[in-house]
Amino acid sequence: MKTQIALLIGIALAGSTAGHALAARSATVGIKEFKFAPAALEIHPGTTVTWTNRDEETHTITSTTGAFTSAGLGHDETFSQAFSKPGTYEYFCALHPKMRATVVVK
Amino acid sequence: MDRIDRRGFLQCMAWTGSALVWTSAGGVLSSRLIGPAEAADGAAGGFSFVQISDTHIGFKGQANSDSSASLKQLIDRINALPTPPAFVLHTGDQTHGQKPGAFDTLAEMLKGVKTERIFYVPGEHDVFLDGGKEYLSRYGKGTVGEHGWQSFDYKGTHFVGLVNVLKYKGEGMGSLGQEQIEWLEKDLAPLTPSTPVVVFAHVPLWAVYPQWGWVTEDAESALGYLKRFGSVTVLNGHIHQVLTKVEGNVRFHTALSTAFPQPAPGAAPAPGPLKIPETDARRMIGVTEVSLVRGTAPLAIVDSTLG
Repeated sequence: MKTQIALLIGIALAGSTAGHALAARSATVGIKEFKFAPAALEIHPGTTVTWTNRDEETHTITSTTGAFTSAGLGHDETFSQAFSKPGTYEYFCALHPKMRATVVVK
Repeated sequence: MDRIDRRGFLQCMAWTGSALVWTSAGGVLSSRLIGPAEAADGAAGGFSFVQISDTHIGFKGQANSDSSASLKQLIDRINALPTPPAFVLHTGDQTHGQKPGAFDTLAEMLKGVKTERIFYVPGEHDVFLDGGKEYLSRYGKGTVGEHGWQSFDYKGTHFVGLVNVLKYKGEGMGSLGQEQIEWLEKDLAPLTPSTPVVVFAHVPLWAVYPQWGWVTEDAESALGYLKRFGSVTVLNGHIHQVLTKVEGNVRFHTALSTAFPQPAPGAAPAPGPLKIPETDARRMIGVTEVSLVRGTAPLAIVDSTLG
């Protein structure tokens, strides 16, 4: 019985993966005027997200759980992070902690 | 919060090459910005010191393509003063986002300043990546518990350097923390009320504009210990513009950056470097005279551009 459940889950996941096979495996987030845009990004597992800082002020992409963190990004500098596991990842800018946003992986 | 009008904002946008020279005579501080032709008034029996702030080494933007070059100009002006400053206060943001090598670059440049000593407090740009590890390894020695805060006396004036960027989180405002506030209370306790006190820290110790985090959340408790003194001057950086406020015997003053100006509080969707052409910005190099006269109300500030 346990095997069957596992198998079903396996099929479901495989189906899900297949359904997204053609979907983009990369996504972008812009940083402008002290805001992340989009503030809530939804992606599929396996997607690499690239942030680009359009401000002249330095910003960071810092996970609230410490899962990932960028160095200080200067103007037009980028940071990329791949997301493999489903979940909600909250992050902020370490220099301007009011700047908060999320990446939802599902 | 004091009302800041547009005219005041424009006057305050003078930027590069602007270091404040503070002159102390009998505990009454007066200040002026250094311009090429400016000279510090060496008050008889007094002394002068220089405050520089927000050097942001590594910054490159529309308003300034080379923050080291503008700092070099500034250092040349300090060195041209007829009376060398007794010491220099750097009120933080030495680096722009802890760019690799920026601390070294600044340290090398500041070796060229003709003065006895330079005192530092960190800005959030100096500590956010590593929680202050590199900053404190360089400048923590000799400070209280190697935490970065410190006090010293010079010719009868008591100076206190506070750190308000190491708990810089939550709402993005500065914070001193209980341990430092308790230390401050003990540090000030033996002083007589007539002792002039100068406090310096990076983020303003008054609520300049909390929406942008231009405030230190627990500054009130620290300032409580300063109220009994007849002459208190609080020098901050962080906001890259001259703003002043007088509250009782406490005079607050924020310094210009040597790298780039920022918008007046609320005058833009967000803080950050003003995007103005470099040529315009250089025409906005300013001369500001600030006089702090005992017994009078607000600081007298006169800003005028050189170009």
